[in-house]
Order: sequence, then structure tokens, then C-alpha cells
Amino acid sequence: MSETAAAARIERPAIFEERRDQIRRIGEGDFSMACNRDSLAGAVSQRACVFCGSRVVLYPIADALHLVHGPIGCAAYTWDIRGSLSSGPELHRLSFSTDLQELDVVFGGEKKLAKALDELIARHHPKAAFVYSTCIVGIIGDDLEAVCKAAGERNGIPVIPVQSEGFKGNKREGYLAACKAMRRLVGTGDVSDVSPLSVNIMGDFNLAGETWIIRRYMERMGVQVVAGITGDGRVDDIRRAHGAGLNLVQCSGSTQDLARMLRDDFGTPFIRVSWIGIEDVAESLYAIAEHFEARHPKLAAGMVERTAKLVREELAALMPQLAAIRRDLTGKRAAVYVGGSFKAFSLVKAFRHLGMEVAVVGSQTGTEEDYKELAAICSPGTIVVDDANPLELSAFIREKDVDVFVGGVKERPIAFKLGVGFCDHNHERKIALEGFEGMLNFAKEIHASVMSPVWRFVPRREAGLNRKDAEV
Amino acid sequence: MLLRHTPKEVMDRHAVTINPAKTCQPIGAMYAALGIHGCLPHSHGSQGCCAYHRSALTRHYKEPVSASTSSFTEGASVFGGQSNLLQAIENIFTIYDPEVIAVHTTCLSETIGDDIKQIRDKASKQGLIPEGKHVIYCSTPSYVGSHVTGFSNMCKGMTELSESTGRKNGKVNVLPGWVEPSDMEEIKRLAGLMNVPITLFPDTSGILNGPLTGEYHMFPEGGVTVRELIGAGDAIGTLALGEWCSADAARHLDTKCKVPCKVLDIPFGLAATDRFIDTLRTVAGTSVPDDINRERGQLVDMMSDTAQYYYHKKVALCGDPDQLISMVEFLVSIDMWPVHIVTGTPGKKFEKRIKELTAGIPCEVNVRAAGDMFLLHQWIKNEPVDLLISNTYGKYIARDEDIPFLRFGFPILDRVGHQYFPNVGYKGGLRLLERILGLLLDRKDRDDPETTFELTL
Repeated sequence: MSETAAAARIERPAIFEERRDQIRRIGEGDFSMACNRDSLAGAVSQRACVFCGSRVVLYPIADALHLVHGPIGCAAYTWDIRGSLSSGPELHRLSFSTDLQELDVVFGGEKKLAKALDELIARHHPKAAFVYSTCIVGIIGDDLEAVCKAAGERNGIPVIPVQSEGFKGNKREGYLAACKAMRRLVGTGDVSDVSPLSVNIMGDFNLAGETWIIRRYMERMGVQVVAGITGDGRVDDIRRAHGAGLNLVQCSGSTQDLARMLRDDFGTPFIRVSWIGIEDVAESLYAIAEHFEARHPKLAAGMVERTAKLVREELAALMPQLAAIRRDLTGKRAAVYVGGSFKAFSLVKAFRHLGMEVAVVGSQTGTEEDYKELAAICSPGTIVVDDANPLELSAFIREKDVDVFVGGVKERPIAFKLGVGFCDHNHERKIALEGFEGMLNFAKEIHASVMSPVWRFVPRREAGLNRKDAEV
Repeated sequence: MLLRHTPKEVMDRHAVTINPAKTCQPIGAMYAALGIHGCLPHSHGSQGCCAYHRSALTRHYKEPVSASTSSFTEGASVFGGQSNLLQAIENIFTIYDPEVIAVHTTCLSETIGDDIKQIRDKASKQGLIPEGKHVIYCSTPSYVGSHVTGFSNMCKGMTELSESTGRKNGKVNVLPGWVEPSDMEEIKRLAGLMNVPITLFPDTSGILNGPLTGEYHMFPEGGVTVRELIGAGDAIGTLALGEWCSADAARHLDTKCKVPCKVLDIPFGLAATDRFIDTLRTVAGTSVPDDINRERGQLVDMMSDTAQYYYHKKVALCGDPDQLISMVEFLVSIDMWPVHIVTGTPGKKFEKRIKELTAGIPCEVNVRAAGDMFLLHQWIKNEPVDLLISNTYGKYIARDEDIPFLRFGFPILDRVGHQYFPNVGYKGGLRLLERILGLLLDRKDRDDPETTFELTL
């Protein structure tokens, strides 16, 4: 180990020398972040692969066949792990794999794939099929495009290859591959009954029914929803997605590429929205209303007013309940480590409504621009991190003495081991956290975890919690 | 429409697996490696593999699972992963400072032909492996076998550390197979009662069922130590529990260090536990203490007290070969009829063994190796059962067909307890009976009309 590395280790434990410019403290010197770089070999990274990115984006399309072409693992690990609810078909919740064996790897898996597709399409009658490429397919060189094309022609449905070989990058490239796959569907459906006052809800996956909350808001505002992309998704809706008057893009990475394609190919404008936190939800709704009133003054007349009424009603119901929760949480601290940075912004603001401060914030896939914006809304001393590992996260949690950690499945037990609360803001959330009602659910979940009596039994925190009580 | 995509008619399928009853090798290697003290499992492949395995293990154990990855990119996939692995070894020892790195491969690194032994030796020559530290490895191509094969391969990889000094150390090696940390604890307790010093490997107790202390340790207390693994070469004998999970490693140790081995079933249920205790007694040259006789008596007592409830109840099972073999034997011994048995792991031996165990059952028994849960569901539709035993993925079938459901195996994603309460040994048998009986009687209470709904059962 070099001398500087040794020094770094004492000063800031558990940080790779090579990662120092991926970790910043607001107020300490120049704020520039290195990001979207490949994880260091040997790192215990919390990141995933291209396949994972494609799979999570396309997964909620409930009436499509999702066939994973590869050895069994890739299908097994993505079998119904994302709580994307469907109001109808549930074919997406089964796991289909070509389960490639050694001989397939030697002689190629094309025949097996073609046979699998014919058999599955005949039995399950999906509206379309997505065929996911995995690492091994990229190496053995199966011609996915040709097999899919032929299978589509034989069976009379779109069979779409998803070029998601795991090693080709991180989740971001997977998002792009998913968008390219969906793009093949868009433009093939009849849009004659689509109103100009219409949207696609993009980058929302209907976890715990969240897309349904947004759909209800759209209904109250007088806006038609053409497609959930991909929350509660349907193949025929996506085929008609080009008919929408506006695309609402949440989640910075996952569907932005598709929104750009639709803008370039069909002229559909898009706006970035966030359905998390009070201001962001309200701002998003107003932005939609204003967009339509400006574009279609006659047709959309009164929409801003309707939106204002909606926001007023929702806030009137929400704020008193929030105030009660805020009393307990004021002064508590949170750490946030999420997949996409858009969520981090909204969470920083949402925590403020609970009287809480975000002391650590990071993401797996943020861009430099994202992190600069994040730094601008966080307080001095806040740690901002890209692509963290468990040792770093645990060091930050201790250093900042946080009360609750917001993250995903791999982070949960780390938080609990340290004796701090946890909120799953990832695939495994079971409670809707979007919209105004989502804000209340979020507040309740944070309250339940932060205020849980169990932390008083944790040696590391016992004394501190009792001291704070005495001060109050 | 509730996940109802399974037609009753069973058709031949060769090109597609639906609702798998297995997963891929590397996760088994990762789980086994976690049972070494101070070990960081390392996945030589893309980042996604490592993330998926860690997530799956975390969901099952509710514990932090650390593992590193070679983070393959397109370049590595073209030019080979040697430089990634060398860099990874250097980084890991510099920053995380484990005692051992346990490298397993992936389908990607296997197909491009990375030779881990050669890379490890190179790392050693370049001085990247600090004095007293170790890098062990095994080959785990995802397109061969299953997660069970990967577990077995990493166990075998551990025996590479073992050395024979020519002088026996009086200890017995026990390879527990893929069981829970609670089961490993129970095996150690039983050996302790018998005064037999054992080296249990792998041993995930303390690592994947650790206490909450308010501290996070990447390498928790627990696990077999490197010193113990080295000493395994001087043991007086090895008990390998499970042909699929443990036999390869034990046989390798026999060949390499002349430690004689016996391959047994995983001790679920009365008979398999009897054989385990008896073999341990024989190998160590000791006798069975009263405490253990008493525990055995308690299990037989509970079996007799509740025998009428199991009588000729039909059971469907899905899981891994070694676990299913012992479980089927136990079910038959309490007069239940296991009629549909599926494992995703290949191996015709499995089908043969199950056929032998169920030979006395006067109805057709369906058994399939390299099967899937779709097939199991179809069999159940054709011949309904009174109980389903499988990992959490069985819950779709249980709900669809309205069958009492015992969660058993890997993974269990929606319940807790498996980390803390063993299924092995006589105590484990009591727990299995308690849970099976509870399910059957809860169902009876639910379904009985008021007239026959009774207080005492």
C-alpha cells in the first residue's frame, strides 16, 4: 500500500484511493464529481449489470412474454422480484428461460431459442415477446435479431430482441437497450381516439400501485393516459404511445432515451417530472396543466384551475397529518443511497417536510450534472457519493449519526446491523410512496422505523437516544 | 386472473424452463465461501452476477452479504479477465483485508477461457497475496449443474488448503451440505454432546445469523478458519452430508490427504439423524450420550402422539436433491405419501434414490431431476396433494391450488426463522413435525363445518 493510501485509510476509513473523487463533502473545496465510471475491479459495488437494467424497465409489461436467453441464473434472480402491479394479465410474473446448457454454449442456442418461442407463444398467447440477451449469448454469438424476426413472422406477434449482454456496461446501458426495444413497438398502433390532451406516464413502474395514483390525478385534471411506460404496462398501449400529446419522464435514466426518440421521431415533447415529495408532485402536475393550456388554450381551458383545486384538496388532507408526524421527527438525520439520482433530489426535499436533514446522499448511476444539482440543495457538510460500497456506507452512517437509511435490498441489513431505521425506496417497497398520499405513507414509514423502540436495545445507540430524550 | 398460466395437460418440453427449481452455480459457491472466517467471496464476471447473488442471499438471510466482483467490461470479455482479477486481488487485500479471497467463475469468464489457477499463481508471483493470506478458487460455469453444484465445487476448493503432516489430529471433518446456519450450529452442538472434536466446513453460523450489535463488520465472528481447513488434512475421517453438496470435497480430501470419508444423507428426520450420529460415533470411537438418546426419544414420542394426522396424506416437494432425499425418507417414515418430487438439479441418481425410498407407497410417484416448478404444478393439477413443501416460490402453486404450504429450502424470501431454528438432528425433526402438523390442523380447523369444529384434537 502506498503512503497516501495508508493515510487515506486512517483519515477516511474504507475509501479506495481511486474513489476519492467519487466522494465529496459539500463546503469542502471545489465540488466536482467523477461518475458514470466503471466500478473498480475488486470493489464490493452495489451496482448491477446491463441485463438488470433492461429487465427492470421492461418487466412490468404484463401481457408480454419475457424470455431470458441464457443460463438459468439470470431468469431465476429476476423472477417476480419487482412488485410492479398489474390490473389485468400477469404473464410477466412467470419466469421463462432457455436454460442454456454446456452443449448449447458449444453449438449455439439459436435452435433452442426458436423452439422455446414457438412453444411459449402458442401456449400463452402474449401480445409481444421480449427476448433478453445475456453475457453468454454475447460471447457465443447467437443471432438474436434473426431468430426473433423469424419467430415473429411465424407466430404473428412482435418478437423483440433486447441487447442486454451483462458485461456491456452498467444499468444505464440496460435502460437504453430496453428503450430501443420498446421503440420498435411505438408507432404501430391506432391512435385515432387519442386526445391531444394526453400523456404517457414514463419511468414509473407501478410499485405498490403508484402508477394508479398518478392516473387518478390525470383523470381529475382531464388528461388522458395513453400508456404506462412501463407501470401496469400493456403492449397495445405502447404501440399507441406516439399518439400522446406529452411524455412525462420520471427516473432520470430509465426511460429518458425513449422520450428522446419519441421527440425526434414523432415530435412529442417531454418534461421531467417527479412523483415523490410535495413540491415535486405539485410542480409536476402544474407543469402538465400549463403545458396543455399553452398548447391547446381552448381544449385545455380550466386545467390549471382544476389542478390547483386538486393540489389544494390533497394538501388540505395531507398537511395536518404530516404535522403530527413532523413533531417526532424534527432534528433527525437521514442517509439516502438510491439507484437513480432523480429520486435523491425528491427525497432531500421530502425529508425537509418531516423536519429532517439528509446528511449522506448518493446513487449508483448519477451524472456529474445530477450531483452538482444535488450539492446545491443540500447543506454544508453533507456527504455526496457515487457508486458506494458497504464499508463506505457504514462509515458515513456512523460519522453522521443518522437515524434512518433509505436504500434497496442490499443496504437494508447494513442499516439494521448499525441499529438505524430503514426505508426501502427501491423494488421491494410494499407501500406506495408517490403522489400526495405517497408522501403520507413515506412519512409514516419513516416514523415507524425511526421511532421504533427497538433501537433503544442497540448498544451503540442506547445512550445517545436516551440523552436526546433528556434534552427534550 | 391470478398467475393462472399452468395448463393441466403435461407436455414434453426441451427448449424452455418455466419457473425454475434451481439457479446457477456461482451463488452456491458464494454461500459456501461465506462459511469461511474472514473470507470475501469474489465473483469473476460482470457486476450483475455478484449483485444478484448478494441480493438473493440477503433476502434469504436478512443479513449483509459482502462479495466483490471483477466488474467485467467489454474489453475484459474480448481480451480475457486476467488483468481484472489481478487488480481485484490487489485492491481487495489492500482495502478490505480479508484472510481469504474465494474466487468463483461465471458463465462469462468460463466461456472466454480464463484459467483461475494460472491467474492466482501469477498474483502470488507478483506478490499481490500478502504473507499468510490465501486465494482459493473454483470453477462454476452457470450452464452446468445448478447452485448445488457450485456449492459443492467451492467446498472442494476449500480442501485445496488442506495439508497432511502425516500425524492425525484426532478431529473429524464434517461437511454439512447446503443447510442453514442454524443447522450448522446444531451439528456442532450434537458433536459437542458426543465429545467429538469436529471441523465443520463450510460453517455460516455466526456469519449469516449474527446478532445486532450496532456495529457493521464485513467479516463477522464465525466460520471455519484457514488453520482449521489446513488441519482438515490431518483429520481421522470425514463425514460428507449429501451426495450432491459434499461428496466431491470429501473424496478429494481422501485422495489428497488420505482422510477416509463416508457419504451420508443430510440428517433431516429420525433415520437420517440416526445414521449421522451412529457414523460419527463409529468414526470417533465414542459412545452416544444419554442427552442425545433423550432427544431421540422425544422425537419418537412426538411422532407417535401425532401419527394419525399424517396418515396417508399426499405431499408434493420441490427443492435440492440432498435435502429432498432426507425429507422424503422422513415423510415416508411418518406414513405420509410423497407423490410428486421435483428438483431443478440434474442427476438421474436422484430419481433412482427417490424411487427406492417411495417403493412402498401404493400409488404412482412422480419424480424428476432437471425439472421445474411448472411441471410440479401440472402434476399437482392432475393428482392433488394435501401438503406442498418447497422454497418460497412454491407460494404461487399453494395459493392457486389452495394447499397447505411448508417453506423449506432455498430461498425463503417471505418468512423468518430458518436462520435460527434448525431442521437437522432430532430437535430439527421436532420442529419439522411441529410445522407440518400445524399446517395440517390449521387447514382442518379452517375447513371443518361448525358442527365438527372441535376444541381438542
